[in-house]
Amino acid sequence: MSWTSAAEFFAMGGYAPYVWGSFGVVALCLIVEALAVRARHLRARAELKRPDAAAPKVTGEAAA
Amino acid sequence: MGNRIVNWFRFSSPQAFYAPAGKMIPWFAAAAAILAALGLYIGLFAAPTDFQQGDAYRIIFVHVPASWMSMFAYVVMAAWAGVGLVFNARLSGMMASALAPTGALFAFLSLWTGALWGKPTWGTYWVWDARLTSELVLFFLYVGFLALQAAIDDPRRADKAGAVLALVGVVNIPIIYFSVQWWNTLHQGASVSVTRAPSMAATMFTGMIVMVLAFWMYAIAVSLARVRAIILERERRAAWVRELPEAA
Repeated sequence: MSWTSAAEFFAMGGYAPYVWGSFGVVALCLIVEALAVRARHLRARAELKRPDAAAPKVTGEAAA
Repeated sequence: MGNRIVNWFRFSSPQAFYAPAGKMIPWFAAAAAILAALGLYIGLFAAPTDFQQGDAYRIIFVHVPASWMSMFAYVVMAAWAGVGLVFNARLSGMMASALAPTGALFAFLSLWTGALWGKPTWGTYWVWDARLTSELVLFFLYVGFLALQAAIDDPRRADKAGAVLALVGVVNIPIIYFSVQWWNTLHQGASVSVTRAPSMAATMFTGMIVMVLAFWMYAIAVSLARVRAIILERERRAAWVRELPEAA
């Protein structure tokens, strides 16, 4: 363990903005991405339940 | 041998892949969470302060995983794209499309954490150094792939166009990797420096590798989740999708 107090840990030897700016943005991006993918899957599932979902769409999406 | 070929083609169908992919996601997600917790503990608590860079060096525990995985995801994406071009398999293009956003995010995070590491150690957020520039090109390749696919309405045509772009862009990967050897760069060479104390390098190296594994597991989990969404989006009129419990 290289820290003697919580304040010392958060100060990161004076590099707090750089270290926490890196770890924070990485954590935020990965969490947001995971939530966005989950939302996309739920949206795709909701689309399946629409009564007209089976009908061909006119937007040019390839007929499967 | 024959058996392997049969399995290969079996799971190259979105229908066969959808359910097993869903079952694998929690395992990869759990592995990512456990490895991240362990890696963060090693990186932020167990590893001592660097005698040259102080605590700024701790950015390595997110910078190196993001950078490595941004390159690795690109190679995997291009490989899927290539398989899709050769065998015209639907799932391959979907896998490539599912990997691109995650790869782009990792490339962005590599540049972001690199900038925040560069400022205290080099005195600048950015320099047009070979390593940094080629990583920026990688980010643009991902963005270009996503933009190209988004611009083409027919997903099968979008897959083909994207695949060509992805395969041409592969040339950038060895350029990134060897840039620190081929050119004089401000970016440091090997990730684990021989100038540091051996005990320290060992803790650092362990923390870094654990974080790389965490990012790897995360990338697999999130790509599998995204490919499942893509499968439903693209195959929503297929009979097998209509019969899924989700569609009821």
